[in-house]
Amino acid sequence: MSEQAPIVIVGTGLSGYSLAREFRKLNRDVPVVLVTADDGISYSKPMLSTGFTRNKDADGLAQADPDTMAEQLGVEIRPWSVVTGIDTEARELRLGDRSLRYGKLVLAWGADVIRLSLAGNGLDRVFSINDLMDYRAFRKTLAGGKRIAIMGAGLIGCEFANDLRNGGYEVDVIAPDTALMPSLLPEPAAAAVQQELEALGVRFHLGTVVTSVNHAEQGVTVALDNGEQLAADLVVSAVGLRPRTELARAAGLETARGICVNRALETSAPDVYALGDCAEVDGQVLLYVLPLMACARALAKTLAGERTEVAYGTMPVMVKTPCCPTAVCPPPVGADGSWQIERDGSHVKALFLSAAGETLGFAVTGRFAMEKQALAREVPPIHDR
Amino acid sequence: MKKWQCVVCGLIYDEAEGWPEDGIEPGTKWEDVPEDWECPDCGVGKEDFEMIEIG
Repeated sequence: MSEQAPIVIVGTGLSGYSLAREFRKLNRDVPVVLVTADDGISYSKPMLSTGFTRNKDADGLAQADPDTMAEQLGVEIRPWSVVTGIDTEARELRLGDRSLRYGKLVLAWGADVIRLSLAGNGLDRVFSINDLMDYRAFRKTLAGGKRIAIMGAGLIGCEFANDLRNGGYEVDVIAPDTALMPSLLPEPAAAAVQQELEALGVRFHLGTVVTSVNHAEQGVTVALDNGEQLAADLVVSAVGLRPRTELARAAGLETARGICVNRALETSAPDVYALGDCAEVDGQVLLYVLPLMACARALAKTLAGERTEVAYGTMPVMVKTPCCPTAVCPPPVGADGSWQIERDGSHVKALFLSAAGETLGFAVTGRFAMEKQALAREVPPIHDR
Repeated sequence: MKKWQCVVCGLIYDEAEGWPEDGIEPGTKWEDVPEDWECPDCGVGKEDFEMIEIG
């Protein structure tokens, strides 16, 4: 081929667009093609749970259309293009009956929502919100409704609960655990968030699950395992994400929870990379913005010719529950230590301390949330630099 | 005076206004904003802001 095969990035979420932006800072010459199954509109996924609070609908949250992005970044963007296979020998991406040659390939196609199997005839009223197109459909169906049942009390469930209350909706949250965000927060911090969300009017049904959703005269009836029946106009499912690995596995790439990459974001196939919600980076799946941006910067350097390993610093996570500002930096899995809790109502400062007194993680709520930056400086980075 | 925009969430830092909530006085130039300052909306660092033109 006389023409240089392009860098092909699959996905135009935060990972795909951030990588393209970072790469263009270093190299203006190598052609870059972004392929996406959806409309290619640029938006920030973390902002999907802030639409009512910030008074923005799907159009308001959209940042730029693909034509604008293509011009800004000096790249080609192919929306509505579904990848059906990867041939790592021929260095080709299959798009149905067409194919696209790549010089280097980057998988940034994100994660799928986990869908629970529910009984009933009202499942068309159950929504998962994982991208801007989902959000658009949700807002459209919501028009005229008032009552929302949220399945899941993780980060996304709690953020949506707060945002929808701010939008004036009645909100019920149903979750199997007895505390909010159990994988993220120590119990006293979770209790603080719950207390403030309840003060805002959110109703929690914890320690139980939704068993069926059936059409009712108005909206749906949501039946819970504990015997309760809730009336709602629609149901939001926020029970978790699973990195998309199927196509990668079919192409022979090594996968585990995500697509396995090392700290240089290299998969097991030559010149194929992965980052963002689909990637398992050196054993870690972190579905947050900060790790993703760190990966985008490192991979941009690698693609520009200087092989670079990502170095994760401290990665605090902000929980966007404005009724109870919360920041958390979970201690490393299996870390030796214990939580030390200071609590004043819904203001909680929880430090995870090693035997030697070193801060290995923290969770802060309420007025203590302002200390997050100072605390983040005390916590050792995930990767030694 | 310039404006800077967070590429993640779209928040705008206006040098003319500063960010008094975090002790950054009006008129503080972007290069004088502390390196550890983070986007108040989404928590990304200074390096994820881009300069945007003002009208």
